[in-house]
Amino acid sequence: MIRVVRAEWRKLRRPTLFLGTIGAALFFTSLFTTLLFTLIDSPRGNSDPSNPISREMLSSFGGSIIGFTNVGGLLGIIAYCVFAAQTAQEYTYGTLRNLLVRQPGRLRLLAGKLISMKLFALVMVLISGAVSIAIAYFLAPGAEVERALWFSADGWSQIGRTFVNVSISVVGFGILGMIMGLLLRSPISSIAIGVLWILIIENLLGAVKSSTLDWLPGNQLNVIAMGGTPQVSYSHGLTMAVIYIGVGALVASVLFSRRDVAN
Amino acid sequence: MHAQTIALSVQDLSKKYDSGFAVSHANFEVPLGSICGFVGPNGAGKTTTIRMLLGLITPTGGTGQILGHSISDPDEYLKHVGAMIEGPAFYPALSGAENLHVLATLGGFSHKRVAEVLKTVGLADRAQSKFKTYSLGMKQRLGIAAALLPDPKILILDEPTNGLDPEGIQEIRDLLRGLADKGTTVFVSSHLLSELEIISDYIVMLRKGEVVFAGPIQQLFEAQQPFMLVRAENASDLDKVVAIAVADGHKAHIQSGVAHIEGPADWAGVLNKKAFEAGIILTQLSPQLPNLEETFFEMTGDKK
Repeated sequence: MIRVVRAEWRKLRRPTLFLGTIGAALFFTSLFTTLLFTLIDSPRGNSDPSNPISREMLSSFGGSIIGFTNVGGLLGIIAYCVFAAQTAQEYTYGTLRNLLVRQPGRLRLLAGKLISMKLFALVMVLISGAVSIAIAYFLAPGAEVERALWFSADGWSQIGRTFVNVSISVVGFGILGMIMGLLLRSPISSIAIGVLWILIIENLLGAVKSSTLDWLPGNQLNVIAMGGTPQVSYSHGLTMAVIYIGVGALVASVLFSRRDVAN
Repeated sequence: MHAQTIALSVQDLSKKYDSGFAVSHANFEVPLGSICGFVGPNGAGKTTTIRMLLGLITPTGGTGQILGHSISDPDEYLKHVGAMIEGPAFYPALSGAENLHVLATLGGFSHKRVAEVLKTVGLADRAQSKFKTYSLGMKQRLGIAAALLPDPKILILDEPTNGLDPEGIQEIRDLLRGLADKGTTVFVSSHLLSELEIISDYIVMLRKGEVVFAGPIQQLFEAQQPFMLVRAENASDLDKVVAIAVADGHKAHIQSGVAHIEGPADWAGVLNKKAFEAGIILTQLSPQLPNLEETFFEMTGDKK
C-alpha cells in the first residue's frame, strides 16, 4: 500500500499541479478573508447577505478563522476537481493498465491513491488555513477588530475544530470527485458534471425549495466545513455525508475491482 | 512439454462479449527462454489474450498459467513480468524518467533500474524531457523500458516496433534476442511478420479468436509445401518446364517470368536433368520454403 501512496505522490507533487492547486486555493482564501475585513462597514455586507459577519463576531474566539471557514466549500470544489482528474485521467491516458500490471491488487491501488490525494488535500487545507489566519491578523487592526481572544485557549480550540471540519469537508468533496472519476472515466465529464451540480443545481434547488438543503450532498459537506448552519445541524450534515460517500465509494470500488480494463 | 519448462500456457482460454467470442478456446504453450511471436490480423484477439494474461480482463472461460501460477492470481507472477500493451501509455506532463520512477516505486523496484533501462533503450539523453515532447519512436522505447523495469522473467510486448525506424527495429530485435539468450521468455505480437520470422523460435497464430497454429516456427514451415523458383535462358521455354513438372505430378505455374513449381528441394536435380535433356538451359533453380507472411496468409485464409 505504501508503494502506491508514494507512487501517486510523485504525480501529485509535480510543480504545475501542486503549485497550481495551492495557488488557486490561496487566491480564494486571500480573497474571502480580505473582503471579510475590508468590507466590514459596507452597506452591502462583507459576506453572504443572509449571514453577515459583524465586527463582534470577528472579535470573538473564532474570529481568526471565519474567513477560512467561509472558503471551505470552494477548497472542497478544488479538491473535487483534483481527485476526479487524477482518477479519470488513468483511463484517458491508458496508464491504468500500467498501474495494474505493477499493482494487481485493485482495491489496494485505489486505497493508496486515495490516501495520497487525501494528504495532498490536507496540505492544501493547512496552507490555506495558515494564510487566512495571517491575513486576518494583519487586516484586523485596520478594520477595528479586536484580536485579544483569537489566540486564547478557546481561540486555539476553535482554530483546531475548524481545521478538522474543513479537512473532513474537503476530503469528502475529494472522495466524491474520485467516485465520479471512477464512474465516468473522463476528467472533463466528471469535473463538469460535479461542479455544475455543486455550484449551480444545488443552489437553484435550495433557492426554490429550502428543505432540499437537508439532503443535497454538496450542502452537507459545506455544513460540515462551517461546523453547522442555522438550517442544517453539524451532526445531520455529517451523517448524510457519510451515507452519500459510503454508498458511492462502495459502488465505485465494486465496479473498479470487477470491470475489465480494456482501454 | 514438461511443466517446469513452460513459461506460459493457456487451456481453452475464452473471452466472450455480447457480439461474440473475442478469443475462443485458445490453447498454446510457450517454452521458457524462447521468443514467441504472436501473430494474427487486426481484431484476431491478440490484445484481448494479452490482457487476460496480465489480469486486466477476466476470461469468460478456460484457464492459463504463467510461471506456474494461475492467471486468476496475477499478484503471484506479475512481479516477474514486464509488459507493454497496445502501445506506450504514460503521463504527458512527467518526464520519461519520472514516469519510470512512478512505476518503479509502485512495483518496488530499485530506482537504479530506471537509468539502466533508459540507457538500454537509448533514451538516456532525453530522460528528463517530458513524455509529451517524445516522438512516436521514443514513446515506444520508453514503453519497452518500462517493461524491462522488473528485470522480467517474461516479457510481453504488444507491437513493440511500431513507429521505430529500421535502425530502431534492428536494435529492438537485438535486445530481445539478447534477453532470450539470458533466459528471459519473450512473448511478442507484431504485424511485421518478417521481423517475427527473424527472431521467433515459437509462433502462436490467431485468426478470429481461434488459435490456428502454435508451435516451433520450423514445424510451421515444414508443414508448408516447399517450392522452387525457376528461370530459363529462353523465357519461352518456361512452358516446357512447367509441362515437365506437371508430368511428374507437381503443381506449377508461371508468374512474372518465373516458374513456381511445388516440390521438395531434392527434386530440383531431377528437374534440372529433365530440362537439360529437353534442351532447356535453366539460369535459376532455387528451392524455397514459404516465409512467415506467406504461411500466415495460407493458414489464416486471408488474402495477401
